[in-house]
Amino acid sequence: MTTLTQTASHIGIITRRNLLRNIRLPQLLLFSTVQPVMFLLLFNYVFGGSIARSIPPIFGDYINYLLPGIIVQNVVFAATATAVGLTEDLQAGVIDRFRSLPMARSAVLAGRTFADVGRAAFVISLMTAVGYLIGFRPLNGFFSLVLAVVLALGFGYSMSWVMAWVGLKVKTPEAAQSAGFLPIFPLVFASSVFVPTSTMPSWLASFAENQPVTVLANTARALILGDAYIAGEPHLAASGATIGSLVLLSLAWIIGIVAVAAPFAVRSYRKTVE
Amino acid sequence: MTDIIVQADNIVHTFGGTVRALDDISVSFERGIIYGLLGPNGAGKTTLIRVLTTLLKPDSGSAHVAGIDVIQDAKGAREKIGLAGQNAAVDGYQTGRENLIMVGRLYNLSKRQAKERADDVLERINLTDAADRQVMTYSGGMKRRLDLAASIVGRPEVLFLDEPTTGIDPRSRLGLWEIINELVADGTTLLLTTQYLEEADRLATRIGVIDHGKLIAEGTADELKTQVGGDVIEIHTGDELASVADALRRGSIAEPIINTARKTVTIPAPKAATSLLEAVRVLDDSGIEVHDIALRRPTLDDVFLTLTGKATEETPVPEKSKGRRSR
Ligand SMILES: Nc1ncnc2c1ncn2[C@@H]1O[C@H](COP(=O)(O)OP(=O)(O)OP(=O)(O)O)[C@@H](O)[C@H]1O
Ligand SMILES: [Mg+2]
Repeated sequence: MTTLTQTASHIGIITRRNLLRNIRLPQLLLFSTVQPVMFLLLFNYVFGGSIARSIPPIFGDYINYLLPGIIVQNVVFAATATAVGLTEDLQAGVIDRFRSLPMARSAVLAGRTFADVGRAAFVISLMTAVGYLIGFRPLNGFFSLVLAVVLALGFGYSMSWVMAWVGLKVKTPEAAQSAGFLPIFPLVFASSVFVPTSTMPSWLASFAENQPVTVLANTARALILGDAYIAGEPHLAASGATIGSLVLLSLAWIIGIVAVAAPFAVRSYRKTVE
Repeated sequence: MTDIIVQADNIVHTFGGTVRALDDISVSFERGIIYGLLGPNGAGKTTLIRVLTTLLKPDSGSAHVAGIDVIQDAKGAREKIGLAGQNAAVDGYQTGRENLIMVGRLYNLSKRQAKERADDVLERINLTDAADRQVMTYSGGMKRRLDLAASIVGRPEVLFLDEPTTGIDPRSRLGLWEIINELVADGTTLLLTTQYLEEADRLATRIGVIDHGKLIAEGTADELKTQVGGDVIEIHTGDELASVADALRRGSIAEPIINTARKTVTIPAPKAATSLLEAVRVLDDSGIEVHDIALRRPTLDDVFLTLTGKATEETPVPEKSKGRRSR
């Protein structure tokens, strides 16, 4: 029998093992942090000037609008690491080794998704710090900023389960990389992550406003910038959203995605490895 | 009474509905021996190991390892087995020691126990010196050794090694053979697969020859060799393999076996020297030029060729290691 403590310990061991890889292969961490920071700087300085004209001026610079969004973009991008990491372990035979041990069955997938969220947490902290240096200010206080980051990480965690499923379906790291990004690009770009949805054609806006990445970006923004953000965003104001209702909606998405994706991933895992 | 430790009965497994990787195969062997599973690429060796190590549920059949039904009680079986798969499944970015401690911890050893066990195992496989280097700096042979080490951390009763020495230079291979023999001397039972006859010949107490998912022969190396029927005549010829074989067939001495890789034709020689003379006469009559013709003891290679019609891999073994292992 595997006890609950043993299971927790196995998950911890596998999580640590997966995280260690980022520390021991410094170029891995370097490139996975340089890229998001570069995105932040490019969007802020290249598009910021023209995007700023279409957002309410009450939040100050575009960076205040951008940073909450780009945090969400990042956790979603970071989730693709789950697909890639799993396929690499599958190919290397590491998963066979783990499965031949009398360890908790859940530890491989749980350890993988936890580690990838852990890495995302690091990247986001770094990005927030860089954002601060170039003018970002959490207008609604530190606690709300932390809550926004935690929610974003929760969303990243749910996307990790989607990516676990993708990886187990495609089976090779190369395919996992491209297949993982396929659903992510439309979700991230047809959203309020970088620009207000009000500038999009109405058919696209109605998609964008109702998909989870926008929900999370709006929630992060409402938390970080305060009620004024909701007031300045016509479709949010019209729907009578509050910070509380946005947080609940975000939680619902997170739980919903995990509830759907995790069983698929687990089933795929069993089928792939057995 | 023999103490059967691994018993697989009528295992069938099909991949994708078409590839019958295991075709009603039954294997069993007793505690304390090295069982060698010998077969060409795609024979089903890895698939059988995956079934026996709980990684794969077969379509049908049953399998017991150390008294535990691996299909019904995978978890129980995992307590008894160790597996070193066909690839060295070790983490390059961890040190050798860390890899082993991690495995120990997954066996629910405490941190201290896991450390001690890692030390023991490192010593046993002669990796103590390199223990604190990242595994990515290891040679292929060292990685295989570490992988073997990881598979014995849990003190398995039965150890499964899938082609433990493939892709390893002859010296490292000798080192691994030594370690394997020591493990068995300490009471571990071992199943190893190989494509190298020399390896099966030198290590295995008993050999099962597998092809197309079926066990096509089994016995000690000597028993298998006598299956070929005593001595064989080996004819070295250039590019005339087919015409040599035709001539021998016409002379109706015995069915010739062609080995294109080594450019030889062999035939069983039931009457030894008399058979040799007959062969020489037949070849002489047909006017085919041969480089060399000789009578020799059969090797497992001949067994393999006779049974499967396929040549095996050459085993590069250094001179000093030649000679039969005593059992
Ligand atoms: N996951 C899989 N999906 C489909 N076919 C498979 C799979 N694994 C193995 N096979 C097929 O099953 C057969 C047996 O394969 P197996 O890997 O057991 O052979 P093997 O004896 O280990 O060969 P090798 O010496 O090359 O390692 C082969 O025809 C192989 O193509
Ligand atoms: Mg194989």
